Amino acid sequence: MTQPSTERSPFVLETKDLGIFYGDFRAVASVNIPIERHKITAIIGPSGCGKSTLLRAFNRMNELSTGTRIEGEVLFEGENLYHPMVDPVEVRYRIGMVFQKPNPFPKSIYENIAWGARIHGYKGKMEELVESCLRQAALWDEVKDKLTQSGLALSGGQQQRLCIARALAVQPEVILMDEPASALDPIATLKIEELMQELKKNYTIVIVTHNMQQAARASDRTAMMMINHERSGTVIEFNETQKIFTNPKDKRTEDYVTGRFG
Amino acid sequence: MAIHGLKTKKLNLRRTPRPGETIVQGLLFLCGFFSIFTTLGIVYELGKEALLFFQMPEVNILQALTSAEWKPHVGKFGIWSLVTSTLMTTVIAMSIAIPLGLGVAIYLSEYAAPKTRSMLKPILEVLAGIPTIVYGYFALMFMTPLLRTIFGSDVVQIYNTASAGLVMGILILPLITSMTEDALGAVPRALREAAYGMGATKLEVALQIVLPAALSGIAAAIIIGISRAIGETMIVAVAAGAGPNFTFNPFEGAETVTGHIVRISGGDLAYDSIDYNSIFFLGLLLFVITLTLNIISQRIVRRFREVYE
Repeated sequence: MTQPSTERSPFVLETKDLGIFYGDFRAVASVNIPIERHKITAIIGPSGCGKSTLLRAFNRMNELSTGTRIEGEVLFEGENLYHPMVDPVEVRYRIGMVFQKPNPFPKSIYENIAWGARIHGYKGKMEELVESCLRQAALWDEVKDKLTQSGLALSGGQQQRLCIARALAVQPEVILMDEPASALDPIATLKIEELMQELKKNYTIVIVTHNMQQAARASDRTAMMMINHERSGTVIEFNETQKIFTNPKDKRTEDYVTGRFG
Repeated sequence: MAIHGLKTKKLNLRRTPRPGETIVQGLLFLCGFFSIFTTLGIVYELGKEALLFFQMPEVNILQALTSAEWKPHVGKFGIWSLVTSTLMTTVIAMSIAIPLGLGVAIYLSEYAAPKTRSMLKPILEVLAGIPTIVYGYFALMFMTPLLRTIFGSDVVQIYNTASAGLVMGILILPLITSMTEDALGAVPRALREAAYGMGATKLEVALQIVLPAALSGIAAAIIIGISRAIGETMIVAVAAGAGPNFTFNPFEGAETVTGHIVRISGGDLAYDSIDYNSIFFLGLLLFVITLTLNIISQRIVRRFREVYE
């Protein structure tokens, strides 16, 4: 809807003065960050600063709860996701999500993957798609002999990788991850982080994390969020991850990443 | 190590008697025991009286179970004329109550705004609170004339199973709705979010994710609805007809099992007469039918339900 560019912008997503409201309360205020293609962007900050709210604004998940609205714009490939003519169902089809707690469907492992493809009218060979998604999520070898078992029979870490595979099945461009490893043990966490490095070759990833080391290890760019004087969360610093962690410009970022508070 | 005047704890790991706990536990057990005891008592009484019926010389069980002629005064006890009309009213009622009930429940749980829901639910509950005798006369005075206008008064008799069944469906609707809505509401929000997050539409989420996950609760709702329909008495006694009639035409009058029990026991009924004993036999029959349904449905549900935790 905006400028018809001949060349794709390096930014898949971009927020323009984004503010998010719960009723009258402005939970997130004036966020301006670009999300770069094929990079992992981490959103960090103390509890309750609006990280998840911001993340969920990228695929319009917030509006599943009543009373939420936004101001400003979120651009996806240059188009405003919140334009009245945009269908949130299409938005979520292009921008997938992985949640904090693994939440596989109470269906078989196979069906967990196939369902999303099927509802979007996937015409190819379903077996191949299921295998390819499970391989991309580094889960194939562990589950190839029990595809008919319930997804809930897997361990927590496997369930979360199943959820990632499930998100891949609809072939999104962006994957939003809301603290995907916070319910997992360190080994499962490491697997998810390795997986993210593989996935960023084909997808763009935005991840919310509480875990400072995880952001430092796994992300390319980091947005640091903090509550402002009006109790709204906002991005106080956005830069390459290395700079955020070694040479932060904002004193509050420095205090936070060095563990002096939070 | 006494902190701020607290006495140092002496090491004592021995069991201490807690009379309150014991009393409450005992009371709770009694409550459970009471309901089970009542059930057993009812089954015993039914069985005992029905046995008297079976022992009567003019009764032939095999004939009773295979014949459709119910004429107690001439010693004919074919159950099928009564059972088919019970089944007919039940099927008609459920064909209204199941689709409508599921529809309303899905609407309330997945689509309705909180405001709409808070207005609709009390209305449904009022529907559940209307005495069944009122429903009975609603069937007779409103539904039957309506059916007669639509299909012609030469086709639809004054007393007919269609009108009784339809109104019974309305009676059962709130039961199915509220139980189904509870079952849908118990499905974790995380499952819905997962589906929405993949670009699923509301309909896909409701029908393909939430509904299968709530299947066991929904099946329970349907079974309780069916049991209710089979046992429902007042509506059929008023509107369905007052004489056994072996027919599959819903526009004819036909007495159901419960309707027959009410009519027979309404008059002076001598103890140990064959009429008296026969109604216990019919009661036992109803009990067996609902019990069988329960068992079958449990089997089915165990096979198809999606366990989400």
